[in-house]
Amino acid sequence: MVTEFTPAASTLGGILIGLSAMMLMTFNGRIAGISGIVGRLLPPYVGSDVGGALLFILGLLAAPLAYAAATGAPFAQSVSGNAALMAGAGVLVGFGAGLGGGCTSGHGVCGIARLSARSLVATAIFMATGFATVFVMRHVLGG
Amino acid sequence: MANPAKVQNFLDLAGTFDPSLILVMFGSVVVTFIGYRFVSRRPRLLLAERFLVPTLKDIDGRLVIGAGLFGIGWGLSGFCPGPAITSLPLLARGTLIFLLAMVVGIGLSRLLTQASLPVGRVMPAASSED
Repeated sequence: MVTEFTPAASTLGGILIGLSAMMLMTFNGRIAGISGIVGRLLPPYVGSDVGGALLFILGLLAAPLAYAAATGAPFAQSVSGNAALMAGAGVLVGFGAGLGGGCTSGHGVCGIARLSARSLVATAIFMATGFATVFVMRHVLGG
Repeated sequence: MANPAKVQNFLDLAGTFDPSLILVMFGSVVVTFIGYRFVSRRPRLLLAERFLVPTLKDIDGRLVIGAGLFGIGWGLSGFCPGPAITSLPLLARGTLIFLLAMVVGIGLSRLLTQASLPVGRVMPAASSED
């Protein structure tokens, strides 16, 4: 399915993500890594701020409402309904982020902004396997 | 970014390529980079005692394998953790399945990394980028 290039909306979205990361660092001294924030809701709770993590996630959940209020239209998305595919992908994303110490936000945004070599390497790797996966899925298997 | 179709099109260089995600990354990294420079000059934090930023420096097997698997799941679904959570209230079937599986995946990684830590050592709370 073709999607339209949305330079203005995407840049604005990026700026908002950056402001969110900056606020979390200003107030809490923390990296805005979503997989880590989700991880803080799981045991063991070693020095983790569970309440803060929960509030951050509530904020993420409120985003579609904020989007609808700001634009006057509900957020439109296209999510695969293939249960096996989404279950497998979810485990890979969760396990990979846990093992690799971060996801697109923790490594891709906050880590790169901190000029972390680990994050630069991680981002290059997950982009590469992401490109490869979509290539195989769409152009080799033809899904 | 909360539309998996756009993410998958970004990853589809050979097909229906949509470069939008580059601008999301560019905008967020630039603002975060500038923001962090301001924050690190402040004498103290507003709501916390100290900074809890990642301290790991090693580029090890865990980082490489973890990021590699993450990218495969990201490509298959078009979802990474943040946009998937944001999509929960829209209640797409695929989103619900993805999120449940993602929490299981995070739990599994936790079990694995903790099982392989030396006995008696507690992992620092903010040792990874997450």
